[in-house]
Amino acid sequence: MLRYASMRVLGAIPTLLLVIVIAFIMVRAAPGGPFDAERVLPPEIERNIAHAYHLDEPLPRQLLRYISGLLDGDLGPSYRYRDYTVSELIGSALPLSFRLGLIAMSLALVLGVGTGLVAALRKNTVLDRLLTGIAMLGISVPIFVIAPLLVLGFAVYLNWLPAGWSSSSGISRYLLPVFALALPQIAFIARITRGEMIGVMASDFVRTGRAQGLGTWSIVRYHALKPALLPLLSYMGPAMVGILTGSVVVEQIFGIPGLGQLFVRAALNRDYTVVLGSVILYAVLIILFNLLVDILYGLLDPRIRRR
Amino acid sequence: MRTIRLLPASNKTRPGWQQSLLLCALLALAACSGPVQDRTVLNRTLGVEPESLDYHKARTKQAGDVQRDIGEGLTGYSATGELLAAAAESWQLSDDGLRYTFNLRKDARWSNGDVVTAEHFVYSFRRLVDPRTAAFYAQTIIDIENASEIIAGDLPPEELAVTASGEFELTVRLRQPVPYFLALLSHPSTFPVHPSAAEAPGDDYARPGRLISNGAYQLDAWQLGSVIELRRNEFYHANDDTGIDRVRHHITTEAHAELNRYRAGEVDLTSGIPQDALLQMRAERPDEVHVAPYLGVYFYGFNLKREPFKSNLKLRQALSMAIDREDITEKVTGRGETPAYSWVPPGVDRYEPRLFPYAAMSREERHAAARQLYREAGFGEDNPLQLELRYNTSQSHSRVAVAIEDMWREVLGVETSLINEEFRVLLANIKAQEITQVFLSSWLGDYNDAHTFLHLLQTDSPSNLFGYSNDDFDSLMLRSAAQTDPQRRQLYLEEAERVLLDDHPVLPIYFRVSKHLVSPRIEGWGDNVLDYHYSQHLSFSEPD
Repeated sequence: MLRYASMRVLGAIPTLLLVIVIAFIMVRAAPGGPFDAERVLPPEIERNIAHAYHLDEPLPRQLLRYISGLLDGDLGPSYRYRDYTVSELIGSALPLSFRLGLIAMSLALVLGVGTGLVAALRKNTVLDRLLTGIAMLGISVPIFVIAPLLVLGFAVYLNWLPAGWSSSSGISRYLLPVFALALPQIAFIARITRGEMIGVMASDFVRTGRAQGLGTWSIVRYHALKPALLPLLSYMGPAMVGILTGSVVVEQIFGIPGLGQLFVRAALNRDYTVVLGSVILYAVLIILFNLLVDILYGLLDPRIRRR
Repeated sequence: MRTIRLLPASNKTRPGWQQSLLLCALLALAACSGPVQDRTVLNRTLGVEPESLDYHKARTKQAGDVQRDIGEGLTGYSATGELLAAAAESWQLSDDGLRYTFNLRKDARWSNGDVVTAEHFVYSFRRLVDPRTAAFYAQTIIDIENASEIIAGDLPPEELAVTASGEFELTVRLRQPVPYFLALLSHPSTFPVHPSAAEAPGDDYARPGRLISNGAYQLDAWQLGSVIELRRNEFYHANDDTGIDRVRHHITTEAHAELNRYRAGEVDLTSGIPQDALLQMRAERPDEVHVAPYLGVYFYGFNLKREPFKSNLKLRQALSMAIDREDITEKVTGRGETPAYSWVPPGVDRYEPRLFPYAAMSREERHAAARQLYREAGFGEDNPLQLELRYNTSQSHSRVAVAIEDMWREVLGVETSLINEEFRVLLANIKAQEITQVFLSSWLGDYNDAHTFLHLLQTDSPSNLFGYSNDDFDSLMLRSAAQTDPQRRQLYLEEAERVLLDDHPVLPIYFRVSKHLVSPRIEGWGDNVLDYHYSQHLSFSEPD
């Protein structure tokens, strides 16, 4: 197991390096630079700034400088926020995004699996159709429609919850963003669970269990749940990475200083180092989570272990 | 038969799901409450996060808004936009207009209690022009003797002609008279920097806990991407006049989210009002909506390096005259902007803008004249002009562009293709001057003087992205710069604008307005053309 994991991690290093080089070139290929503005700087000042940030060096030298910095653990200074390094910017956004993502995903799992189970067990009844319909809404209505409606309802009119992240410091400011983040996931997870559950409930071993007198709840809990949820694991890998790295829409609407808005703003500001740092973070997370999912699959599914 | 274990042996009890749900609901409600009306904290918003609170490392207006709260320059502005003495209590100007002597306040203090001395200003100005600082706004003081040589790296910063002729006496020598120099000294790039900045490792100086400033407030905390917290500077010389103890600048990047926070009572004043919400806000909260003229012009630029605009003055005039600016400002933007028939906005100190000759024409006359000029320019129904109009992606810009495209088609028969690009892509294209024809641009004044608008179109201005070059205009601008008499200077500037308008190198559409929602609890708010709203001028009214 450990050998498998180490081989996978080592094999991922060339991939990571390729991602870094490609991202480096792409971000500099985008028209415009970090210091462009309508108020054009006089040439001497522009020269001074370019020199301070090594932008006047040839591209391969800048790339080498960046990579050797990486090996020292230095992601570089931000080109836009001149008092802060990339590590500090990402370091201040990451815990918050992770926290929100974990809570949202936990909520999504609980509600999604629950809804999917009920829909599967009450297949083709009114309840099933209702739950499936709500799931469809959750997938199709965009978050930038739902989230502002939530804010209008709960914050502006009812005044129960804060409209903005920085306006309070308690748990209440988590509620709306977590729900907004979780909603599309609940919908997807519910659909996947329902589909898998229906398939499992129709299989032979379940029929055997029923024939031997087991009630539905026992069958679900001790025999059907695990095989039905295992495919959910493959969905969860990339979904976790997505939700942990934040949704720029949710962050903008609630004013949350998370990774999503950091990345998008850095791209728009041509803040090369922050963009690269974010790309590296995403790549590492994807590699890690894919590895985690594969290992978990191996641990949880005896059929794979036996192979 | 083998026994198949169908159920696990243990039978643990767990708390029922009903209890867990109830607990969650109770926790949620406990944490909920509406915003408390705290009269010691001012909550205001910024649309963009400041790049830095180091005066030499930032250039956005939003950075300036926070910097104006924590720092103070030699001069400053009142709530209604009058220039006043700030860190300097008085000054003298030599007869040739080249030497200023500033007498600093003796009671000015840094936020750590240190006395603010002339040496601090000397240090700061040198740091501003030092190439190693790579400051954006180094050109604020470009007219100080030796400044441009230092910026170019030809002289060391110590050669800057700013000296401390006494503990509280600062002497500045200029290379030419600058009539708006005092206004420049209210800009945050000229605020004094505490010498501890030299000892800060790397770029750490402008951080909470380390930043020492001389303004009404000091930096308390900065949650990146979220909120900047300031608290009162007890040592500030006018601390008794500061009405509010703490200021929180919330960073709100989305305009409607900002509006919702205001409506929920979480912020006391906003940095703007979304266009589509203005009418509703005017109807619901008429006393809270503040729309005021602002020193900024919204215009379309021509690429004068390429045909068809390079040498075709009549075509440029025709396109300008075909636009119904009143329709744009009343129906398309609808926020109280002024249609622009000149280059310099109204409200600028000691200046009367010149107007385009067609400003007084009726719409029919103007359209007829436009059609005539269009024909004389060599275009017509059988030879329509085909042009590309570029602007950066935004709903409001596209609405104006669509309206203007329609006007050009109806009046002249011009075929316009609308191209929207991401902001920096547009900027790069404009600077390259290769593929652009007509493009959206915008200019905001840095100080309350016509020069800040007119100098943009001088041949040697780095921001002259239009390729405009007119020797008469340049020489009039140079002559105005040499005048020490304000009346003569005004004449030269106005004449320069007249030459400019006759040449029609740009297409001004409207003059901007500042828009804010201001809570009725706030007192001391003043609308002004620079849109500077220092927190120290504000206070909360007594509750009824």
